[in-house]
Amino acid sequence: MAGLNVDLCGIPLDNPVIPASGTFGYGYEFAELYDINLLGTFSFKGTTKEPRFGNPTPRIAECSAGMINAVGLQNPGVEKVISEELPRLSKVFKKKVMANVSGFSIDEYAYTCEKLDKCPQVGWLEVNISCPNVHGGGMSFGTSASAAAEVTRAVKKVTKKPVIMKLSPNVTDITEIAKACEAEGADGISLINTLLGMRIDLKTKKPVIANKMGGFSGSAIFPVALRMVYQVASCVKVPVIGMGGVKSAEDVIEMMLAGATAVEIGAANLINPYICKEIIEKLPDVMNEYKIENLQDIIGGAL
Amino acid sequence: MKQLDFEIISNKKIAEKVMELKLKGDVSGIRAGQFVNVLIDGFYLRRPLSVCDAEGGELTLIYKITGGGTKRLSELKTGTLNLLTCLGNGYDTSVSGSAPLLIGGGAGVPPLYMLAKKLISEGKKVAVIIGFNTKNEIFYENEFKALGADVFVTTADGSYGEKGFVTDKMKDLTYSFFYTCGPEPMLKAVYKSSLTSGEFSFEERMGCGFGACMGCSCKTVTGFKRICKDGPVLKKEEILWQA
Repeated sequence: MAGLNVDLCGIPLDNPVIPASGTFGYGYEFAELYDINLLGTFSFKGTTKEPRFGNPTPRIAECSAGMINAVGLQNPGVEKVISEELPRLSKVFKKKVMANVSGFSIDEYAYTCEKLDKCPQVGWLEVNISCPNVHGGGMSFGTSASAAAEVTRAVKKVTKKPVIMKLSPNVTDITEIAKACEAEGADGISLINTLLGMRIDLKTKKPVIANKMGGFSGSAIFPVALRMVYQVASCVKVPVIGMGGVKSAEDVIEMMLAGATAVEIGAANLINPYICKEIIEKLPDVMNEYKIENLQDIIGGAL
Repeated sequence: MKQLDFEIISNKKIAEKVMELKLKGDVSGIRAGQFVNVLIDGFYLRRPLSVCDAEGGELTLIYKITGGGTKRLSELKTGTLNLLTCLGNGYDTSVSGSAPLLIGGGAGVPPLYMLAKKLISEGKKVAVIIGFNTKNEIFYENEFKALGADVFVTTADGSYGEKGFVTDKMKDLTYSFFYTCGPEPMLKAVYKSSLTSGEFSFEERMGCGFGACMGCSCKTVTGFKRICKDGPVLKKEEILWQA
């Protein structure tokens, strides 16, 4: 019997597969398709203090083996997430959910995390300091070690739940940022958010995306993500969640060998809405093929 | 939503850059005005295509070749395609009244075919205006006639039917309600010209097509809506046109 279970910051997961924030909404679109309780957990849509519409459309562009999005953190705001989305989710998802939080100031991050800290359904806070699609927030906190440290410190003050800092790959040295977060008490690190990218329409001769640039994700970015997970896992002691271009059970195992305790799956959900279920079902066969008994034994095996 | 494999029956050109794709598979649950999201080998994102007809295990999709993905799709003559079906809200025929008018422009014409079929089966007197730029872009005039609809064709250059736009013809007709699909400038013109309530089908670049990614959101009178999940059909009264 293959052991899929892992421990993520003191909370057991039945398996390491976690749909990534922004590709799984608040869960119900997928709950119509399959029992989402078979997931390790999922990271819900990035939530901010105030409701946000996000960026103008077009927000989506296709690339070879990937896509660019510039949604811009559309969400109903933390009050509505707590009063409407979480009660609705509780009907279809019985496990602890990962709350993904974004902000435009240190105070906003702290405000939103403090609110979500009081929700028993929330297991972990995944703090996004890496959204490439909003000005004056998001990524600017994740591109400086001191700002990343400041957000971590502020959030840790308002919650007892595990705090996972989600990092941007759009930096010179991601290990500096990871170490700064760990030093301020981060309980985990997740990476990578999307790579800043762009497409230009040959007919209009202008950027495809209204916001001009956006976050590049999809299978094309897997080797970059894997390399960064390896680098970060090599220099921090806290658990690392690996993500970026994962689309198969083999990719999940590769990420875990690079040091990931759990693995998030993003863009692949948009192409095949059953992908996470299929990966979880496939994992025992692939583990068997590579003579892996327990996934938790292979974490960081390549380091 | 369902994820299903369909077998290609035929895939042929019916007008300039316009293809008619017939597929065999499970079409249960598909309503007029809904769309499917087609996976094309070699392309990362699926292609959302409106449903032209779905009956008796046969799905008809009509699409315009606008880029690399639809070009590749047009070359496929056999084999299977993976589709997400039953996407979007579709048209509401219960509000049509006795004599609805259907207004389609170019690549926006196809979903009106299944709608016309449904309305006629409900005993309604259906009129259809279909507008194109020029004669060689016209398709489905006879198919709409065969359903028993009154059909009017307009071309911008006057090379076939009545010269002008669909809105020029709208002025001559009386109707109880209208349904429309087409390029956004046409939808805006129809909005301004229309004398009754109606339903508009919109298009937007999509990520997933089933409401997960928020890639195709728009603002409406009743709040933010996702074109793919809460649309693509919006009621006239809820539309907020963007500048």
